[in-house]
Amino acid sequence: MAVDTPPRASRTDVAVGHAPRSEPPLGLRSRLFRLEAKAAPYLYISPFFLLFVAFGLFPLVWTAWISLNDFKLGTPMVFVGLENYRWLFASPEFYNSLWRTITIGILSTVPQLMLALGLAHLLNYQMVVRNFFRISMLMPYATSVAASTLVFAQLFGRDNGFFNWVLSWVGIDAVDWRNGDLTAQIAIAVIVTWRWTGYNALIYLAGMQSISQDLYEAAALDGASKWQQFRHVTLPGLRPTILFTVVVSTIGATQLFGEPLLFGNGQANGGALGQYQTLGLFMYQQGWDYFELGRAATIAWVTFVLVVGLVLLNTGIARWRTRDRKAVR
Amino acid sequence: MMTSRARTAIAVMAAGALVALAGCGGEEATAAEGGADGGSSAGGESVELTVSLFGTFGMEEAGLFDQYEEENPGVTISYETTQGEDTYWPALLTKLNAGSGASDIQGIEVARIRTATTELADKWVDLTQTEAADQLGEYAQFKQDAATTEDGAVVGLGTDIGPTGICYRTDLLEEAGLPTDPDELAAQMGSWEDYLALGEQYKASAPEGSAWTDSAGGLYNAIISTESEIYYDEAGELVYDSNPAVKAAFDLSAQAAADDLTAKFAQFEDPEWNPGFGNGAFATIACPSWMLGYIKGQAGDEGSGKWGVTSLPGGAAGNWGGAYLGVPASSENQEEAVKLAMWLTAPEQQEKVFAAGGNFPSNTTAIDAVADTTDEYFSDAPIGQIFGDIAKNAPTQILGPDDGVLKNEITNALLTIEVNDVDPETAWTSAQRAIDNQLG
Repeated sequence: MAVDTPPRASRTDVAVGHAPRSEPPLGLRSRLFRLEAKAAPYLYISPFFLLFVAFGLFPLVWTAWISLNDFKLGTPMVFVGLENYRWLFASPEFYNSLWRTITIGILSTVPQLMLALGLAHLLNYQMVVRNFFRISMLMPYATSVAASTLVFAQLFGRDNGFFNWVLSWVGIDAVDWRNGDLTAQIAIAVIVTWRWTGYNALIYLAGMQSISQDLYEAAALDGASKWQQFRHVTLPGLRPTILFTVVVSTIGATQLFGEPLLFGNGQANGGALGQYQTLGLFMYQQGWDYFELGRAATIAWVTFVLVVGLVLLNTGIARWRTRDRKAVR
Repeated sequence: MMTSRARTAIAVMAAGALVALAGCGGEEATAAEGGADGGSSAGGESVELTVSLFGTFGMEEAGLFDQYEEENPGVTISYETTQGEDTYWPALLTKLNAGSGASDIQGIEVARIRTATTELADKWVDLTQTEAADQLGEYAQFKQDAATTEDGAVVGLGTDIGPTGICYRTDLLEEAGLPTDPDELAAQMGSWEDYLALGEQYKASAPEGSAWTDSAGGLYNAIISTESEIYYDEAGELVYDSNPAVKAAFDLSAQAAADDLTAKFAQFEDPEWNPGFGNGAFATIACPSWMLGYIKGQAGDEGSGKWGVTSLPGGAAGNWGGAYLGVPASSENQEEAVKLAMWLTAPEQQEKVFAAGGNFPSNTTAIDAVADTTDEYFSDAPIGQIFGDIAKNAPTQILGPDDGVLKNEITNALLTIEVNDVDPETAWTSAQRAIDNQLG
């Protein structure tokens, strides 16, 4: 302890105006320690940032640059300024794919999150083989997009598909799921919902378990039914978790790509009329079917801005609602 | 790891010794050089050749790569294939432009050959300047012409071609009271209109859920495959919207679609197209020779003897599809690669590929050699003779850089008529718009 005090005293000496005493060798070491203590955290997290710069920031900036060029694979890049953006915003295919992305997004996200909430609520009760149910929730998520989409593509078949077979029991004629407009979107939304519901249910479950059991007991004592408990205890307690899943699902829906691509058997046109061409497919089509890398980069950037905008909108709404509630109190 | 590092060390030492030797005296050094380059192999050259193809060329299936390795000690072949040509081509394009990463031999689809001989002409080894020069005259004329650049360089050796006929289900035709013998059937099909009229007859007495043909798109491709000028004219100008042949083929296919003569499948895209071969969803299909193997694969053993094949209406000769083998200029083993490509497309090997998978030879000697082939699966039809005759009469098609785009968009428009009840004129206009949009 005695050894530790002198440096501290020396600082006061300086402040008072005495000539600074030369630091003992120990001072260098402690300065190194201090430096280490300050720098180490940055060093430890640097791999993430280095990787981010290499695989996140650089592609982002490079993509932005490409989007300002006319770049067809196999020909040199020609700077054209905002020409690609002008093309994009004048292209009906862009608005088509944007609209499809939104409708498929709503068709899949809304039922998905509501189902997940219900499932999580059920799983939160004491029941036999609860762990089995919890684990089986994750099974669809663990299945690859390719496998599940191919299975669903068969189920949604026109002539020999399972769903049409079921519909035939109630006398409904065979539906051409893939080639119909709304039907194709529903089919894709079903695949997405099937894959992600369990995943969201587990996140909700984790959120629910952090809600104090006392609140439920108190509510039960006050005579609240299970449904009232769900509405007045569970839902408010889950608010941040719900916000999280809404943000993640929105981002996922904006970038929807694998399911519609595989549903169309690898074709990026999203059906003969583009009835399920999402932004992701539109970008892929421009880039790898037409080799218009400049245009593809433009779509990538617009999608990126769109995602950021949606996330800000989501958090904005959430904040606004919290502020609202505080004001009421 | 250890061995390769050790080998590198030895090589470095050997190189050092070489330099020392070179300093001393000439003749001995050159003798030693061969030994050092050869590495571990005793005497013979050891070379690894890479071959990248797409889909099924039938070469691996016919055991050709193994055979070549056996007959040429020191040569090892590593082969890979990408299922979809539409993923294969962009990757190849990237590698060719980067000037590295391409394999020693690369497959080229016929719809891309025009791009390969124009924009990419300098990315390939000119085969007229190699050993292969003597073999170039042996391929069907139209096949050979398409792989030749404006300056007379040749970028690829022809593998298969796609002489096109009509394949049909004998059992279904019989049920509907139509002739099942190839010649009798051909006699009733003097034109494409006759073919549609037969379709009406079929529809009247066909089994429930069975259509006359699989798709309007397939029908369109068969009709157009008999033309020499399709999307581009001789001068390389885009003429698809003024070429009466294209519109006529489109209208006829649209009519078949509107009259419910098609089973409304998008070929190769709709997962239900495949089982359709076996379960009788359609009675006839436009049939390039490579489709024979596809039918066998999809209809399986139960389909054997239930199928037949005849020529196109009016005895027209069409060509649909086919491919080439090219050697990229970036290849480090050009000489060996050319040798392998020559061997793979030589008559004997093309015969084997035809026997294994139905890919029809492009080498005229091989076309003659397979003339007597019959196919048990197709009710003993003389496929060698049928497809051989078609191949010899097939037109030299004028190919353009964007044939694939045009074909896709028009096929797509036909699909919207079939499945979305789009009116044919509207469909044609949207196809035009989509094409302008892509090529503009």
